Amino acid sequence: MEDLLNAVVLLGNYVIVPGLAYGSQLALGALGVTLVFGILRFSNFAHGDTMAFGTMVVILFTWWFQSMGISIDPLPTALLALPFGILATIGMLLATDRLVYKFYRKQRSPSIVFVMASVGVMFVMNGIVRFVIGPNDQRFADGQRFILKAREFKEATGLSEGLTIKVSQGLTLGIAVIVVGLLFWFLQKSRTGKAMRAYSDNEDLALLSGISPEKVVMITWIIAAALATIAGTLYGLDKSFKPFTYFQLLLPIFAAAIVGGLGNPLGAIAGGFVVAFSEVTITYAYKKFLKYLMPENLEPEGLVQLLSTDYKFAVSFVILVLVLLIRPTGIFKGKVL
Amino acid sequence: MSFLIGENMTGGYGGADILHDCTIAVEKGEIAVIVGPNGAGKSTAMKAVFGMLALREGRVMLDGQDITGLTPQDRVKAGMGFVPQNNNVFTSMTVQENLEMGAYIREDDFSDTMEQVFHLFPILKEKRRQPAGELSGGQRQQVAVGRALMTKPKVLMLDEPTAGVSPIVMDELFDRIIEVARTGIAILMVEQNARQALNIADKGYVLVQGRNRFTDTGEALLANPEVRKSFLGG
Repeated sequence: MEDLLNAVVLLGNYVIVPGLAYGSQLALGALGVTLVFGILRFSNFAHGDTMAFGTMVVILFTWWFQSMGISIDPLPTALLALPFGILATIGMLLATDRLVYKFYRKQRSPSIVFVMASVGVMFVMNGIVRFVIGPNDQRFADGQRFILKAREFKEATGLSEGLTIKVSQGLTLGIAVIVVGLLFWFLQKSRTGKAMRAYSDNEDLALLSGISPEKVVMITWIIAAALATIAGTLYGLDKSFKPFTYFQLLLPIFAAAIVGGLGNPLGAIAGGFVVAFSEVTITYAYKKFLKYLMPENLEPEGLVQLLSTDYKFAVSFVILVLVLLIRPTGIFKGKVL
Repeated sequence: MSFLIGENMTGGYGGADILHDCTIAVEKGEIAVIVGPNGAGKSTAMKAVFGMLALREGRVMLDGQDITGLTPQDRVKAGMGFVPQNNNVFTSMTVQENLEMGAYIREDDFSDTMEQVFHLFPILKEKRRQPAGELSGGQRQQVAVGRALMTKPKVLMLDEPTAGVSPIVMDELFDRIIEVARTGIAILMVEQNARQALNIADKGYVLVQGRNRFTDTGEALLANPEVRKSFLGG
């Protein structure tokens, strides 16, 4: 019995808790991608670097606040800086829309042109971020580190395995729930949110109904900016901030959005968790876990790791390919690419 | 001067003209029907009146005002409602949300208008929480008409409202359209089912190759042997 509990706690500590946190971060990122796809009808490749940009601003404000001695201990100062990061990112995205995408909207360009333009935007943003903050790892987490420490857990339960919950993980989950709740309330109940759904559903009829496309597009960028900054900051607090990592995040985020069904917000959330848990469960070494469950003489010799963590991006790729082959609309009915 | 009139309209989608000196008019509380063979420019004439087609010549007047230069969106604000032939509902949204979107430009309380629409189409009240995409063809058309009525238009334009619905549903839709006209709204519609449509029409326009061929009351057109022979199958 104790062995079984130890095995469950072990799995909780290394798979479930990190998977939930990572899944929430991907879900927030995928929501941004899916909203932009639903309204502007193109896959925004700059989303990863938008996350990096937003997080960078948050970090700069965090450092500034820290230097002034402002803190909200035990919570990380970054939370205080988050609204400023969101505002800066909103400004950035609205400026990009005005300078780049608006032109192509007027031309009524096909969506592949938008995608290519977004690749250009991605490189520019990437450059700005590296230029301002540098290509290296930045740590900006402060305040309390743990909600639950392994030692405390062991002492309380008497188990030999400990369960650790980091503040960043708890924050990620909590903030994700609040943000998703607000977003769904907005889309389902508010007049503007309904107009966005109407525009995504049937552009021509939305125009006939007097819905202004420019307003809908603007609101979409504002929401995408907020989501990207929040997702990026939470990811940075949980792991660390490095511009290249954020660029790489694009792949699991797109996989999540497509698995769930592009253009479908509910799908983006489900997709985020599917991708996160696939990655974590496939790259986890099950040796210790099996040791608890199996008789002593059947103990596995190797690590029992299906895939090295170096290959974690392959998981997203495989999921992406499988979904596109078998069910191109995603789990929930989304749009076909 | 008619309440709504597209006078001597000439134009097309760039390139060759489709409409040639075509005139369509409708009075308040009346039903005007545009009929004609395939490719006669029926829908094009309708689009021209609604501003979805640039006119080279001619003008469109609404209640004595020249609206030729207005965009379709501005014409909606000026009191015109348009029900397109295809994709005329928001399929992923509920019936009620469809009606709300119809009233998007209205700043005032539109709950009484929604009640009127529900009164006109009782089935919609029953299904108001269901996504419009899950409804039958006839019910969808009711949603589409209801959506257009939400702005309290003075003119309602319908592009083949009975396309793809069964004869029974068609009769019912026509009954509803007559009811709408009785509330004082001018109705202009394009119809494939020429005989049935002319039956309820106060005025009929038979278009051929973008030109007015016959213009008369619905009754007179139905009685006209030439119209019967050429366009109504004897």
